[in-house]
Amino acid sequence: MNLEYGPEYKAFREEVQAFIADHRHHAPKASARAARPSPEAEAWQSLLIERGYTARTIPREYGGFGAEPDILQSRIIAEEFARAGVPGGLANQGISMLVPTLLELGTEEQKRRWIAPTLRGEVVWCQGYSEPGAGSDLASLRTSARIENGHFVINGQKIWTSTAKQADMIFCLVRTEPDAARHEGISYLIFSMDTPGIEVRPLKTMTGHAEFNETFFTDVRVPIDQIVGQRGQGWYVANATLGHERGMLGDPDALENRLLALIALMREERVDAGRAIDNPVLRDRLAAIQAEVAAMKYNGMRILSDQLKGTGGGMAKLIVKLQSCELAHQISALAIDAMGEMGILYGGSPRERDGGAWQWNYMFQLGLIIGGGTAQIQKNIIAERGLGMPREPRLERAPAKMGREAA
Amino acid sequence: MDFGLSSEQEMLSDAVSRCLAETSPLDHVRACAEAGSAVSAAATAALADLGLSCMMVGAAHGGLGMTLLDAAVVAEQLGRAAAPVPFLARTVLAPLALIEAGTPAQQDNWLPRLASGEVRFSVALSAMVERRDNVTLVAQDGAVSGTALFALDCEDATHVIVADHSGRMYVTALDAPGVERIALTTIDVTRSVGELRFTAVPVEALSADGGDAARRLIAAGRVLVAADSLGAADVMIDKAVAYAGEREQFGRPIGSFQAVKHMCAEMAARHEPCRALVWYAAHAFDAMPAEAALAACHAKSHTGEVHRFVARTSTEVHGGMGFTDLLGLHYWFKRIGFDRQFLGGPEAVRAEAAAMQGWGAAAA
Repeated sequence: MNLEYGPEYKAFREEVQAFIADHRHHAPKASARAARPSPEAEAWQSLLIERGYTARTIPREYGGFGAEPDILQSRIIAEEFARAGVPGGLANQGISMLVPTLLELGTEEQKRRWIAPTLRGEVVWCQGYSEPGAGSDLASLRTSARIENGHFVINGQKIWTSTAKQADMIFCLVRTEPDAARHEGISYLIFSMDTPGIEVRPLKTMTGHAEFNETFFTDVRVPIDQIVGQRGQGWYVANATLGHERGMLGDPDALENRLLALIALMREERVDAGRAIDNPVLRDRLAAIQAEVAAMKYNGMRILSDQLKGTGGGMAKLIVKLQSCELAHQISALAIDAMGEMGILYGGSPRERDGGAWQWNYMFQLGLIIGGGTAQIQKNIIAERGLGMPREPRLERAPAKMGREAA
Repeated sequence: MDFGLSSEQEMLSDAVSRCLAETSPLDHVRACAEAGSAVSAAATAALADLGLSCMMVGAAHGGLGMTLLDAAVVAEQLGRAAAPVPFLARTVLAPLALIEAGTPAQQDNWLPRLASGEVRFSVALSAMVERRDNVTLVAQDGAVSGTALFALDCEDATHVIVADHSGRMYVTALDAPGVERIALTTIDVTRSVGELRFTAVPVEALSADGGDAARRLIAAGRVLVAADSLGAADVMIDKAVAYAGEREQFGRPIGSFQAVKHMCAEMAARHEPCRALVWYAAHAFDAMPAEAALAACHAKSHTGEVHRFVARTSTEVHGGMGFTDLLGLHYWFKRIGFDRQFLGGPEAVRAEAAAMQGWGAAAA
């Protein structure tokens, strides 16, 4: 057991700390996760790329910093930005999902054209995977693309397309081979959201906001070369990026920051003459959550260590999405309970705490438990891949000609 | 950076695992239980042959000078085997008490005899955990009177180290006049605890350090019962998965039903991070003393909660068979139940964790 990163990393950590201290006044105030980065956020992003604090291992010819992958350096950067409360690099779906996919499977031309402006925040992407009838069973998707005069002609509907309103581009799964087996008939296309025939409708959620959209395609014509990977290989192209999304949803620094915010709230919030944190029941729940956050943090260190050794990570990694999302939700639930009657205030009400963020989180995090692979799908994965349990026998079904079923 | 066990610790783990598989399989655990003993002579001797009975004693006193993380590796294997082996008090807490609170002369006197097995210690820290049944233990003029509950590894002990509520620790022989030893029967027949009644028993006091050493001992003990629980829960999950893969109902393995599969996934998902939590807490005890007490509270309380869930869920996955004595699953169920309560249940431990951080009415 050795928790030190070693002397060679000490200088690197100091360098990151010095950078943050010297430049933090340039950091954008608004959340770095705003769908369309502000000019201030774009400038910050460019500075971070230039210094290698984001897009660190992406080759220079595609607009990254071009460093050799070093897990501990990346970890130090994440730790120091989180500790300083300064936004790190942009973390949108284009950067976390499309860029790794193009790096792995894109053509040279696609890489040169799309990666750099995506990294800089100039090109914003949305993801077109889920459909109303294809959620957990994503491979049953029915949005079709027939080929006509050198174009794909797309018809159908996507859902959960967050940032579709602001996005310039979409990476989208469509069925190009209606007669092929479910997983073999899908292609991964990239196209402009300005293409005629695309309609985006905001999807209002239980939070009262429209964090997502529904996106409709009517005879949307996309040039035939705007495909990543081969025709019919889209399922496998997309799976290369689903792993990245699940990684994004289980960041231990994020959990720890939520816990610190909860502790601050419970110190602040008064119940009669005392603080919420002094209430025996509430503090018991807080201590229980604190222990679980610690467990997830050390589990993350174990995964990191496994990565350094080049071993898999196994069960420690498989459980992260399920456990982290649930724990984040419990943190918000306790915050609301610690506020008592004040916990119901929302929507800009007088006396509302933290801008209603805790209620919003409580609801939105339920969305995260469902999204990105529902908790139930996660449990199937843990049981089948992690524990080697038998799969559920498949029901006898009609031949899987999805396109025709849709008709 | 290497978060996890060293290759030496992996080897230690394997060696203990093989040793216990040979000397303390379930049939043997059952035989000891039926004989009414929590001490397997065979397994205890085999572990002593590996050198483990003096693992925590420094080299100067004839031991191996190993760490709490090493001890946690052993404790996890003992939990896996549900082995009736006096370990926590005998092999870990007693030498730590002497190392942390003994004078050099006391260490020279006791540690070599402890390392050689000439004296066998029990340890009773219950007065510091919480007071129950109004028991008291009072030291006056070099003699102790009163009652100590939950003296661990008591059955075959020759001596005891006992703490009063302030954390002052005392050593005495158990055959001294005025000592009455009453065996307490617990759910877990693989470990022995006793009640000790003292009537003006002359004792040897360890240093008056305001209870610091005794609190360190409680932290160490909590880490190790958490490690024990880790091993026991691991077995219960493995057994549930294996059973669900073999047992068929409605023409297919019950493990292919999501209702059963998800029970197993939930056990694994909640259990897996406990491993890193226990390792971290043990390492904190060894290398980061300022963090040790809180980390031990986290490890103890969290494993207590998670493993109660694992114990009942694994039993449920086994259906009616899980409820019987035939499979012996209940030995691990009870081991986990013991680990949860001993040295403080989750609520008591979390109250301490809260107080350490200034949360609580008294601190407001």
